[in-house]
Amino acid sequence: MAGSYTQRMAQAPVLPRGFELPLEPRLPRVGSVDAVALEERAASLAKRSIKKDAKIFALELAVRMMDLTTLEGQDTPGKVAALASKAIRPDPSDAGIPSVAAICVYPNLVPAAVARVEGTSVKVASVATAFPSGQSPIETKLEEVRWVVEHGADEVDMVIDRGAFLSGRYAKVYDEIVQVKEASGEAHLKVILEVAELGTYDNVRRASLLAMAAGADFIKTSTGKLPGAATLPVTLCMLEAIRDVHEETGRMIGMKPAGGIRHAKQAVQYLVQLHETLGVEWLTPDLYRLGASSLLNDVLMQLRKEKTGAYQSPDYFTVD
Amino acid sequence: MTDRLPVKKTYKLFIGGAFPRSESGRTYEAEGQNVARASRKDVRDSVRAARAALPKWSGMTAYNRGQVLYRLAEMIEARTAEFADVSTDRLEVERTVDRIVWYAGWADKLAQVLGSSNPVSGPYFNFTVPEPTGVVAVLAPDEPPLLGLVSRVVPALTGGNAVIAVASETHPLAAIELAEALATSDVPGGVVNLLTGHRDELAPWLASHMDVNAIDITGADGTSADLERAAADNVKRVVRGDPETQSPWEIASFLELKTVWHPVGQ
Amino acid sequence: MPKEWAYAPAPESRDVVSLDDHYGHYVGGTWLEPSETYTTIAPATEEPLAEVGQATPEEVEAAVTAAREAFENGWSGISAAERAKYLFRIARILQERSREFAVLESLNGGKPIKESRDVDLPLAAAHFFYYAGWADKLEYAFPNRRPRPVGVAGQIIPWNFPLLMLSWKIAPALAAGNTVVLKPAETTPLSALLFADVLRQAQLPPGVVNIVTGDGRTGAALVKSEGVDKIAFTGSTDVGKAIQRELAGTGKKLTLELGGKAANIIFDDAALDQAVEGIVNGIYFNQGHVCCAGSRLLVQESIYEPVVEKLKRRLTTLRVGDPLDKNTDVGAINSKQQLEKIRELVESGEQEGAEIYQPPCRLPEKGYWFVPTVFTNVAQSYRVAQEEIFGPVLSVLTFRTPEEAVEKANNTPYGLSAGVWTEKGSRILWMAERLRAGVVWANTFNRFDPSSPFGGYKESGFGREGGRHGLEPYMQFDGIEPSRD
Repeated sequence: MAGSYTQRMAQAPVLPRGFELPLEPRLPRVGSVDAVALEERAASLAKRSIKKDAKIFALELAVRMMDLTTLEGQDTPGKVAALASKAIRPDPSDAGIPSVAAICVYPNLVPAAVARVEGTSVKVASVATAFPSGQSPIETKLEEVRWVVEHGADEVDMVIDRGAFLSGRYAKVYDEIVQVKEASGEAHLKVILEVAELGTYDNVRRASLLAMAAGADFIKTSTGKLPGAATLPVTLCMLEAIRDVHEETGRMIGMKPAGGIRHAKQAVQYLVQLHETLGVEWLTPDLYRLGASSLLNDVLMQLRKEKTGAYQSPDYFTVD
Repeated sequence: MTDRLPVKKTYKLFIGGAFPRSESGRTYEAEGQNVARASRKDVRDSVRAARAALPKWSGMTAYNRGQVLYRLAEMIEARTAEFADVSTDRLEVERTVDRIVWYAGWADKLAQVLGSSNPVSGPYFNFTVPEPTGVVAVLAPDEPPLLGLVSRVVPALTGGNAVIAVASETHPLAAIELAEALATSDVPGGVVNLLTGHRDELAPWLASHMDVNAIDITGADGTSADLERAAADNVKRVVRGDPETQSPWEIASFLELKTVWHPVGQ
Repeated sequence: MPKEWAYAPAPESRDVVSLDDHYGHYVGGTWLEPSETYTTIAPATEEPLAEVGQATPEEVEAAVTAAREAFENGWSGISAAERAKYLFRIARILQERSREFAVLESLNGGKPIKESRDVDLPLAAAHFFYYAGWADKLEYAFPNRRPRPVGVAGQIIPWNFPLLMLSWKIAPALAAGNTVVLKPAETTPLSALLFADVLRQAQLPPGVVNIVTGDGRTGAALVKSEGVDKIAFTGSTDVGKAIQRELAGTGKKLTLELGGKAANIIFDDAALDQAVEGIVNGIYFNQGHVCCAGSRLLVQESIYEPVVEKLKRRLTTLRVGDPLDKNTDVGAINSKQQLEKIRELVESGEQEGAEIYQPPCRLPEKGYWFVPTVFTNVAQSYRVAQEEIFGPVLSVLTFRTPEEAVEKANNTPYGLSAGVWTEKGSRILWMAERLRAGVVWANTFNRFDPSSPFGGYKESGFGREGGRHGLEPYMQFDGIEPSRD
């Protein structure tokens, strides 16, 4: 593979800042991000007051965009089966509630997950590439990716090599994504940046552009294994990178905040931010996912509250 | 053998570092001499010269400005006898020199005394610094001829402004002597412009001049209401000071305050 | 994919405010029945809100006399620590009643509730809190100067931030030991009148703060009143000049906070998305009714296209409408008169050849509204690049080098504020040194804080509000010191 990224690297956004490249389609400049202003904008959007029909719309969309996730050492086929049932029919007492977008599991559990969701709209996503650290040889990572795709995963959630990124070896990060993309074949590739380890919004933007340049279908904030996972500002930062790529190239890349999103109110805030940053075109599970393990029931409770007018108890919603 | 006939000095204006006669071609007699009687066109030329000189003077480091002012004090001290001849007495000259030295030492302390760092409630660094107001017109008091003029002009200079001063109408020779000291110090040409003549003829043009940022009316005769009214046309700062005092607040009268904000983030 | 996601209306409840039908002037701690009145309205609906007084010179004089008596008979003698405690009380009461004031401010002024709630009210309370602390520490603010109050301060405030400007004026004046006659703007008197109730709750001695309402005639009477020792004015440059002329020769102290035509300068290395937010906040905040608004956008030519693209796109997400809706970004224009002025200047921009962009926007049928507007292809000589519009209208110009940016930015009689956006620290400081403006926002815009001095260069006025410097216009000093206005 040595040298194979050279052609692509010429288009990658890691050249000295400010240069415009003659190649078409050209990628946006890396630029920089002002942390204070970004956080203020995110906080301002989070203050939108979403009520009534607009809220029901958002909550149902949140369900349809959800990647219901279990990534534990104690995961078993039984646990995954229960999760799949919940994904297909989130609220057994309300047939109007749609299925979630996908269930997200470890590689070993892909076969069990695929078996349970077959014939439904629910996709199976598998983390791969030595999740969550990414600290394995590329051959091992590619082998893992090919394995989960062969066993029926529709989507691959890879992690970038943060060690390489933070030591400035962007080419290695880029090249790995390119190879994983090839290994994923038809499966959709989500690239996890693990923003909590990147340190700055400048790095988040840089990694976002790098991942998109290398062929990511989605960019994703976090593994969910670290504190400080998805936040509204970091997600906004990534959405702005996606917007720049779209403006420059016409490519529509998806976004997946993951980790730390537990309440319906947060889900609505994320969707408002999406709506006002990328527009209504992105309000689809094809381009936006919410990675969460405990969010779904809170959304379901809020939906039923909106429909019945009464505040709800968790006892009436299944824990799977 | 007859006594040698002395060569007499022609008393001219000091504009842009040069010594022109009045554009009007007129003089008036004061202290037994024919002194240039500046016109509104001399006012115009002086303001132009001051505006042109401002960037260099205001852009100098405060340390440097202090040194130049100290140099001015040296020049006056060296000519104490000449200055004593055209002012009240030798004591006035000594007080003038001491006052300039006092102000020279202020140049690089103003920002620390008058500025501030402001603890705003948010992730921002915020500070306030004094800056020169710009082009300043000074109507010097008639008395004392040297110390009065210097007490009004030097605070403005210390703050980094460029000055057009109208000298004592009754005792203009001290101003001309001062111009000669200025010309041989390191004050850049145009930073101080000294006009002699009838104050009543000159003051209204300075007060209404749209490119003058502040006017010191300490030496204005009687009522200054008309000058103040004219000054409002471009919201001039109008200063009334004291010819007998020295204080940093005299400098502050010719300063603006600028506040700068910047976010604090990673 | 859905066609749209329309947010349902989310109006803040009006119930929190109860208005009287009729208000007098607040003089000497009681209500003075006005001899003339006018109707104040809600600019978003043109609905009448209340009848308020149009103070005559005699009524103004009654207020000045009350202020003088309060100054002579007690307020100037009260211990500074007690004075501080009154101000702390006012700050706390404003915090407690903040939603009520926010709703009233949006109702009477037309500004979005999210701004009155999140900006005007917190800052107004903060101003009182900040200056409360100074009241008994003046000798530390002015060491060796033996500071004393001036006496009676006449204060005239604008309609763009009614309560906030009230607090900018009253808090330092009282902290310094003065008494006050305040005239709120003709179109926005109600929050000042409600503030009288805060003074009642705080048990402020009668006459320390007096409030007279009315139009420019009332303001002129206050300026002319011989019992006033100091005038503080915030408003248009034309009126400011008239006040300076009026006070000529009187020796009264004066501070002016006047108009502006601020440049907001974007360099090609700026953090663009945040710069675009700064541009939007700079000119569309409070419908552009902001003296320090960034109304002239100077963009480095190498990034002109992406910046304008991003800006136009961002404009489409601005939500214009009901000021009381919590999701409204841009509210109503404050008055019919102001709307006409904005329209006239925008027409001139089109006639002079500037290219106009306005996002698609559904405006309410009643009330005063103007769509957020961007002019591109603007020459420095166009009226829209020279005159203060005081509305949601941005003029875009370009530059090539830092020198040129400074030259264009400074090429105005005004000098209130400026913005600079670049990632290069040394360039920020280089620009900040050269911009002839009292406030320079670098990588931010339209930030305010009670501890931060605010005020103009050149025709934007003189004197500072905020910070230690903001006390000085309300003080006189023993010993020989120059006066300056």
